[in-house]
Amino acid sequence: MTAGRLRRRKIANVVGFAVATLATALGLAMLCAILWTLLSRGLAALTPAVFTQNTPAPGSHGGLLNAIVGSLLMALCGMAMGAPVGMLAGTYLAEYGRHGHLAKLVRFINDVLLSAPSIIVGLFVYALLVVRMGHFSGFAGAVALAIIALPIMVRTTEDILRLVPNGLREGSAALGAQPWQSIVHVLYPAARSGLLTGLVLALARISGETAPLLFTALNNQFWSVNLNAPMANLPAVIFQYAMSPYVDWQRLAWVGAMLIACCVLLVSVAARSASLLLGGNHQRGH
Amino acid sequence: MQRVAARHFEALFRWACRLSAVLVLVVLASVIAALARGAWPALSTFHWGFITGTRWNPVTQVFGAATPIYGTLVTSLIALLIAVPFAFGIAVFLTEICPPAVRGAIATAIELLASIPSIVYGIWGLFVLAPFLQRTVQPWLIEHLGPLPVVGRLFQGPPFGIGLLTAGLVLAIMVLPFITSVMREVVMMVPRTLKEAAYGLGATQWNVVRDVVLPWSSRGVIGGIILGLGRALGETMAVTFVIGNAHRLDVSLLAPSTTISAAIANEFAETDSTLYSSSLFALGLMLFTVTFIVIACARLLIMRVESQSGART
Repeated sequence: MTAGRLRRRKIANVVGFAVATLATALGLAMLCAILWTLLSRGLAALTPAVFTQNTPAPGSHGGLLNAIVGSLLMALCGMAMGAPVGMLAGTYLAEYGRHGHLAKLVRFINDVLLSAPSIIVGLFVYALLVVRMGHFSGFAGAVALAIIALPIMVRTTEDILRLVPNGLREGSAALGAQPWQSIVHVLYPAARSGLLTGLVLALARISGETAPLLFTALNNQFWSVNLNAPMANLPAVIFQYAMSPYVDWQRLAWVGAMLIACCVLLVSVAARSASLLLGGNHQRGH
Repeated sequence: MQRVAARHFEALFRWACRLSAVLVLVVLASVIAALARGAWPALSTFHWGFITGTRWNPVTQVFGAATPIYGTLVTSLIALLIAVPFAFGIAVFLTEICPPAVRGAIATAIELLASIPSIVYGIWGLFVLAPFLQRTVQPWLIEHLGPLPVVGRLFQGPPFGIGLLTAGLVLAIMVLPFITSVMREVVMMVPRTLKEAAYGLGATQWNVVRDVVLPWSSRGVIGGIILGLGRALGETMAVTFVIGNAHRLDVSLLAPSTTISAAIANEFAETDSTLYSSSLFALGLMLFTVTFIVIACARLLIMRVESQSGART
């Protein structure tokens, strides 16, 4: 009887772990399936024209130049607005506020913003800027992206600064440095690689965002780098072209999706391995 | 002299930091205010009828949001039903079974699923997953589950490919990495002595997972699930591609429908009346309120688990 129970438990053990392994295998298979489709369909339609011509009218040839430039421009402007504020707020949480009431509240609200639906940000910026300016604009798109980037930067800055050993703060204070001097001259340099990784990851994240741009930057079929006018962007073009009945447009949508996904994935992998590498060196150095 | 300047700058820097932190609060407050203001005309016109009404007609200016609310709830539920067991399986695999040499690589690969932009899931869902489901899974469901009493109503009608079920599946893949990473962290926090004690009593590895790890980490696991729910409720682009965007309340999971976020994404740029755009704002307000509550609950649960394990070690 005990032998039977033991056997049953052993079988349950094997079955349970087999199911867990299978779940992991399926998860990885999904990743591979998506990447494979992207690469095979995207590469098939990839031509030099993608990078040299603007988005075409249905039936004619063209590329994605204006959309790529628009996306880059808005993502960079968004980072330029969101990153400094996010870093300062993160610095407040890690260095000044710490366990105070304000810091606790900000940390909590920031976590909520971090996972808030991005389409809501689009609605907000529409009411805030587009209605007042009277038209869609690349600037409104950049502001929407900045609001997406803000909580990401707050979170990473705080996490990274917390990793800096306390001895550095104490040493710097013992030399008579004011807190800002410790932060700017000691802590930021010590956390440089982590902060850079955070910046790059946030940039990657917002350059793939679509929903907040749909009714802020809208889209633009033509070449434009005017931040005060509707601006083309890769995600909106992918959306429009993929939902269209034209085969040419659908092909361009696949190329665009491949470009975005590859950039974001490569950047994430590179940033992760860089921070692992640098983190490892850092530990060995001590 | 230099010291005085440094001290002045200290005050300046400290205030800049504090202001930036407060700005985070201001952003949240103004988001809520802007949504509420935008939603007011619709809410004051339709009152509760906005939530219960099933008709959404821009021509006659009647807006009832029952269909997108139903769509949002059903797709999120499907996503969780599929993603949660998978996430737990993966978390168990990574912490208990996986050889340490490849553990990091597999964990990173699963997390990469989270960094794929949602528009990519959308285009993949529309051109690859939906036709696949239409050819294989959906006909099977209609044939074998459709005739059943009660449950059968969920699987009736023609196989469109796009619809609630497809959207739920895409969402499941998208929330999987989020739930997995929370579960993995919680599962790793289980005190080693507890597990060793169980092994000492003769438990198999699976016994330990089921009877020690799962009960100990249940609160954090629930936190992870709720966090995934928050993600699923608000996800926009991927759903917009595969949901079908039809304001038609249908019990069948195979029918095209719409969700709150998909309705906003699809229709907002084309609104032609204040009442129309206000109704979409009202949808946004509801979505934000619900996700706010859901995410806040998840964070509180996870924070409690973290402080609990901190106190124990």
